[in-house]
Amino acid sequence: MATAPPSTYSAVTLNINGEKHALTVDHRTTLLDALRERLDMTGTKKGCDQGQCGACTVLVDKRRAVACLTLAVAAEGREITTIEGVAEGDQLHAVQQAFLDLDGYQCGYCTPGQICSAVAVIEEHAAGWPSAATEDVRPEAGPPPLTPEEIRERMSGNLCRCGAYVSIVQAVARAAEADAAARAAQAEQGTEHEGAAA
Amino acid sequence: MKEFGYQRALDVSGALALLDADPDARFLGGGTNLVDLMKTGVERPGRLVDVRELPLDRIETTEDGGLRIGATVSNSDLAAHPDVRRRYPALTQAVLAGASGQLRNMATVGGNLLQRTRCGYFADVTKPCNKRDPGSGCPAIKGEHHNHAILGASDHCVATHPSDLGVALTAFDAVVTYETADGPGELPLADFYLPVGDTPHLETALPQGALITGVVLPPAPVAANSRYRKVRERASYAFAIGSIAAALDVQDGVVREVRLAFGAVASRPWRARAAEAALLGGPVDAAAFAAAADAELAAARPLPHNGYKVTLMRNLVVAVLSELAEEAAR
Repeated sequence: MATAPPSTYSAVTLNINGEKHALTVDHRTTLLDALRERLDMTGTKKGCDQGQCGACTVLVDKRRAVACLTLAVAAEGREITTIEGVAEGDQLHAVQQAFLDLDGYQCGYCTPGQICSAVAVIEEHAAGWPSAATEDVRPEAGPPPLTPEEIRERMSGNLCRCGAYVSIVQAVARAAEADAAARAAQAEQGTEHEGAAA
Repeated sequence: MKEFGYQRALDVSGALALLDADPDARFLGGGTNLVDLMKTGVERPGRLVDVRELPLDRIETTEDGGLRIGATVSNSDLAAHPDVRRRYPALTQAVLAGASGQLRNMATVGGNLLQRTRCGYFADVTKPCNKRDPGSGCPAIKGEHHNHAILGASDHCVATHPSDLGVALTAFDAVVTYETADGPGELPLADFYLPVGDTPHLETALPQGALITGVVLPPAPVAANSRYRKVRERASYAFAIGSIAAALDVQDGVVREVRLAFGAVASRPWRARAAEAALLGGPVDAAAFAAAADAELAAARPLPHNGYKVTLMRNLVVAVLSELAEEAAR
């Protein structure tokens, strides 16, 4: 059966940092190129463009992904968060603040990807996901403590050619501690509410 | 990159119809391998049928107590699933040993099984390659092959299959299920990948136009005591130079059941049946483990620069089985 050649471009609406952006994309356009070249959101960086360096890491439906291997047309209908959308207004995200406080970078090129990745690492760990550094992956063993070894493994998809890894690991650890404390406080508050209701 | 059409499939029959209508169409899962290969010109589809939103994203216990894993389940969700971690821990370890957190979120189970080799000649369209361009030759045999196959290769191709997940699935007798326009079918993973022979471009026994719908793991109590160990050239985020999935059950000091599969040594995940046969009913000690590894590796045909893999795999068998024996004794 002979088929007509398919259209090679589509009109899409991308939901980025809570805002909708309508544009027509050639299907070959990656999410990375759409962000940088079409929407002037240059915070997301292009490193290898082959899924090997993590510089283009963004969150898709709250999970980290590399934008260089995500087709823009395939990202339609998903909730995309880039480095431009990580902070709450002027209030930096705990991961951003920790990178600043602890010098989690040198040249800064990989930093947006490192930060997006770290935000997701903290969520993944809080959800109880094991990693390749986890000795016992069985659920009965409980969630592994977020040791420097766990952080290095979980962040291994983000390369830093300056070699700022020592500070990056410290920054992720500090942000994770702050996050765990906030979660514990929230849980305690929740328990108090339940107590009051009962 | 060549221009292409794009459509998103919402149900399996729709996906099959779209593929059936265009011989130049390909299914798109997470895209972590396909999109990369399209950029370099190795893959040149005229149309992509996006199957990521098909309702094949569940992990369920089967009636007989095994697991059914949907084809679009992400690698991350597979690794994190409590039943996988509890009943098939080597499967979780295998998935977590592969790629990065970002790529595991994107990559699907079906796509993982269909990913292409990472042989440098295959990836470089300016070089000959029998897998990419049948009949053009294999430069790896006399060239860069330190991470190529030692088992089951041929004079036409010595590329390895890069999947970690597939190695654990092979050890646990997984069955691949698929749909075609003519109805459903299934293939044990052991028969899923074709022998290399003189047709390295023909990689799987999937019928033309078939869509992988999932993978079924039969119940395997032995898998509760299992482990995946991967050796690579850096600590994380690299393909294996050798890997092993193993499970062991010991009773009264003898091997009651054992599963062994090797990765990064052949064109497919390699089930080490000769080693398993040598171990079954035998003693639980390092000498027996080494003898079993030797029984499997007797068939190895290393090239000038990858002979180290024979020693590596032998050491991996001894190390991992020894650890599992210790676990079993607890």
